[in-house]
Amino acid sequence: MLDTLQHLGQSGMRVFQRLGQASLFLFQIVINIPTLFRHPRLLVQELYSVGVLSLGIITVSGLTVGMVLGLQMYNTLVDFGTEDSLGPVVALSLVRELGPVLTALLFSGRAGSALTAEIGLMKATDQLSVMEMMAVDPVRRVVVPRFIAGVISMPLLAAMFSAVGILGSYMVGVGMLGVDDGAFWSQMQHKVSLDTDVMNGVIKSIVFGIAAVWIAVFEGYQAVPTTEGVSRATTRTVVHTAFAVLGLDFVLTAIMFGDD
Amino acid sequence: MRTSRTVEILVGLFIALGMAAFFMLAMKVSNITDFTENDVYVLKARFDNIGGLKVRSPVRIGGVRIGRVSDISYDDKMLEAVVTLNVNKKYSRIPEDSGASIYTAGLLGEQYISLEPGGSDDYFADGDEIEETQSAFVLERMVGKFLIQEAENNGTK
Repeated sequence: MLDTLQHLGQSGMRVFQRLGQASLFLFQIVINIPTLFRHPRLLVQELYSVGVLSLGIITVSGLTVGMVLGLQMYNTLVDFGTEDSLGPVVALSLVRELGPVLTALLFSGRAGSALTAEIGLMKATDQLSVMEMMAVDPVRRVVVPRFIAGVISMPLLAAMFSAVGILGSYMVGVGMLGVDDGAFWSQMQHKVSLDTDVMNGVIKSIVFGIAAVWIAVFEGYQAVPTTEGVSRATTRTVVHTAFAVLGLDFVLTAIMFGDD
Repeated sequence: MRTSRTVEILVGLFIALGMAAFFMLAMKVSNITDFTENDVYVLKARFDNIGGLKVRSPVRIGGVRIGRVSDISYDDKMLEAVVTLNVNKKYSRIPEDSGASIYTAGLLGEQYISLEPGGSDDYFADGDEIEETQSAFVLERMVGKFLIQEAENNGTK
């Protein structure tokens, strides 16, 4: 009985310890952000590997999600003779929810896991210790550019996801299923508002971006420097990001759209 | 590793694409094309019952949208709902004796305020109140009335 309690206490303490470490790490990243202005090259390189290389999966997923959404919604809406509201339904669900959330999940699978593996392997192969020995702060040199690149990329990728998704549903809805072209866009413009819907989606994607890269670089930096440790850290990145994003999404949605 | 020029070009392209997506969401998807706050003037109207009218519901004349509902409040002295309308300055020649009614678009659609132009030569100015108003058509009430009427008809037969 007491042993069980002790285990519970231990794991609880470990969780809090890790949260504390993660917060201190975030603090360390944030105070080191200004040093990035001295080496903008690093940021460009990371934007390439975090952002540009994620473009493929984001656009393809956005397109298919939009097309499927268009198809499914049409089948339900047409029963009520309201297939003209396909535009707003698809646009609202993409801009408010699916765009930011799915982008964050895909982003953590595509870019977050790569970040963790990269930093973890740098640690396992003692590259980070070598940097320290050369009086180069690995947080400044390795972590900060990746963090900022992720935070910049996420909203851009989420916006692309939503935009491509809307185009996909346009192709299916207007092109294949015969929804009226004018009604599709005009109803959408009528229902979707810039300051609440689009802006809240952008805020969500920024918050998810911070959460996703924060978890990724933290797990990489704290990884046990062995092959197994890095693989576990990579798995944890994807799983924890999924939890964090879905939990944050509920909280943010409740704050943003709760009192309507 | 690619050469840094290619990488920079691709990153530039990535950021440009992201911006383009934002631009599309802003211009094509959302209602930024609506007039902004500065080129509108304010009208007020009092209703006994506003039904399902909401802030941001459209205001129309002859079916053309000329503005939006910007605020809804309840006046507890007059026991009436006070609706504030933001009307585009483009449509500043609305006769002063025009009436306002709340209609529903379609059977189950959203509710909107319709203005029926009067015949006066004077026009509404900023802050004016619309005197002649007609409350929302509440479907449930109509159905209730209809049912009672039916029952009465059946009773007299």
